[in-house]
Amino acid sequence: MKILVAVKRVVDYNVKVRAKADGTGVETANVKMSMNPFDEIAVEEAVRLQEAGKAKEIVAVSLGVAACQDTIRTALAMGADRGILVETDAELQPLAVAKLLKAVVEKEKPDLVILGKQAIDDDANQTGQMLAALLGWPQGTFASKVDIDAGAINVTREIDGGLETVALKSPAVVTTDLRLNEPRFVKLPNIMKAKKKPLDVLKPADLGVDVAPRLITLKVQEPPKRQAGIKVDTVAALVDKLRNEAHVI
Amino acid sequence: MSILVIAEHDNAVLKAATLNTITAATQLGSDIAILVAGHGCGAVAEAAAKVVGVKKVLLADAPYYAHQLAENVAALVVGLAGGYTHILAPATAAGKNMLPRVAALLDVAQISDIVKVESVNTFVRPIYAGNVLATVQSKDPVKVITVRGTAFPAATATGGFAVVETVAPAADAGVSSFVGQQLTKSDRPELTAARTIVSGGRGMGNGENFKLLEDVADKLGAAVGASRAAVDAGFVPNDYQVGQTGKVVAPDLYIAVGISGAIQHLAGMKDSKVIVAINKDEEAPIFQVADYGLVADLFAAVPEMSKELDKLKAA
Ligand SMILES: Cc1cc2nc3c(=O)[nH]c(=O)nc-3n(C[C@H](O)[C@H](O)[C@H](O)COP(=O)(O)OP(=O)(O)OC[C@H]3O[C@@H](n4cnc5c(N)ncnc54)[C@H](O)[C@@H]3O)c2cc1C
Ligand SMILES: Nc1ncnc2c1ncn2[C@@H]1O[C@H](COP(=O)(O)O)[C@@H](O)[C@H]1O
Repeated sequence: MKILVAVKRVVDYNVKVRAKADGTGVETANVKMSMNPFDEIAVEEAVRLQEAGKAKEIVAVSLGVAACQDTIRTALAMGADRGILVETDAELQPLAVAKLLKAVVEKEKPDLVILGKQAIDDDANQTGQMLAALLGWPQGTFASKVDIDAGAINVTREIDGGLETVALKSPAVVTTDLRLNEPRFVKLPNIMKAKKKPLDVLKPADLGVDVAPRLITLKVQEPPKRQAGIKVDTVAALVDKLRNEAHVI
Repeated sequence: MSILVIAEHDNAVLKAATLNTITAATQLGSDIAILVAGHGCGAVAEAAAKVVGVKKVLLADAPYYAHQLAENVAALVVGLAGGYTHILAPATAAGKNMLPRVAALLDVAQISDIVKVESVNTFVRPIYAGNVLATVQSKDPVKVITVRGTAFPAATATGGFAVVETVAPAADAGVSSFVGQQLTKSDRPELTAARTIVSGGRGMGNGENFKLLEDVADKLGAAVGASRAAVDAGFVPNDYQVGQTGKVVAPDLYIAVGISGAIQHLAGMKDSKVIVAINKDEEAPIFQVADYGLVADLFAAVPEMSKELDKLKAA
């Protein structure tokens, strides 16, 4: 089986993002960028499937600016075989990403596409579901376990009440949740090896996709800051405050 | 404006998140229909018909809607979408799973997790773990939206009298099927609906120690939540996770125990009315958002709190 993995370059999760003073966006100059954490989990899952003999080839795809090549190289160092960058400086919203990925899927014909459940920058949680819909494929979102056996894909999903398992017909789309696996650290020799792995660059126009944004961001603002309150010295004082000052117990 | 709200339910009960979504819908217009898609879910449709503000209930019943498979429900919604200007679902696991399919099939954007309605085409939504709020305007003919429950009060559940109309199910897509589920059993309130939440983090040490929190929670009528670290370590089930990528809560009282206060955790609870932090590290970032902070070892403080609550009861 062939697996396609979508990897997004995002502001690192440790960075405390700030709004630009003019409200046009967030400050990204000199900010550390990394692979979206859920996408690391996606790559790890693909590599484990390959190590288990269930997958033949893993293709890592990223969409965005030229620097997304770094994100793809990270995926290659983790074990992906090839990379594809759909390069554009344009703002890409989830629907556009899903359409571009669909075009890549039609060229590459994978049996499984693994994405993160959510990009930690836009917090959209849409792209995998949109891709599945556009392809007419089933989806196993928020996966905490993926079992593949003779063409059937069983996905255990994290839902609001606990866990649910669904069976999907191949080909399918899976999106990862935090408990699916713990991504490996990339070792230096693998980083060197990754530099030699093939990485193709395409343009949205090559794929015939209109990527024009559907949502216009009018402004970006920081929410009002919550003020720190007081420290209490004893549990008794805490309970007293909650009862007689805050009136919440 | 003509608005379709997708009901969240388990075939028996209309889930509270639907009521918050209906309030968001009322801010867009008064022509509001609710879709109840499920199997043997007539009681849910009846409950939906009583919600104040709802004009019409659409009931679609088929065995393959029993578990809300996204492929099937989305196809149904797309078939019904004609004529609606807005399609809304709660930003719950079910809503997030299904609604982006609807948006893609209608060739429109989805506006995820809105916290404010500015106008019929302009909405506010948090991005970057709630570090910033984006005001976005949709250029699409149909607005497909998921609604953050904590940002909108619940609509009144009874007093309305909408008509229930049965709609024909769409075909079974036949590409996915339900295998089974493992639901967390609890007599405590649901996290997202609870007025009080006691949450534990890595500092709890193990799952057994969560009993200390459950004891306090039961005395407060509270739900129990957790940080990602506590879930990852297997102390508690996944559905306890509060945060950017877990559940978003805003109770009257949130008590964070042995939780450091990472931005991803704060994203899920910082709109709580009163926040209490119990942590042995006085530098822990959770104290920067806590109304009442107690620097203490939780293994002493939590049992003591339990005793203090007993005293209150006795008094
Ligand atoms: C993509 C991504 C998504 C994430 N999503 C979420 C999310 O949705 N929700 C979430 O919570 N996190 C999320 N995280 C994780 C987040 O970054 C933090 O790692 C996590 O919240 C830390 O959990 P914690 O506070 O329990 O653990 P720690 O940061 O390890 O803190 C433990 C705290 O317990 C205190 N402590 C220890 N022992 C005691 C004691 N005996 N008495 C009192 N205090 C004690 C310590 O002082 C410390 O402050 C996410 C991370 C990533 C990368
Ligand atoms: N520009 C992108 N390049 C590669 N993958 C992406 C991109 N945008 C979104 N994705 C994938 O879609 C997932 C969900 O993103 P989102 O719907 O934006 O929250 C991410 O975890 C990625 O796997």
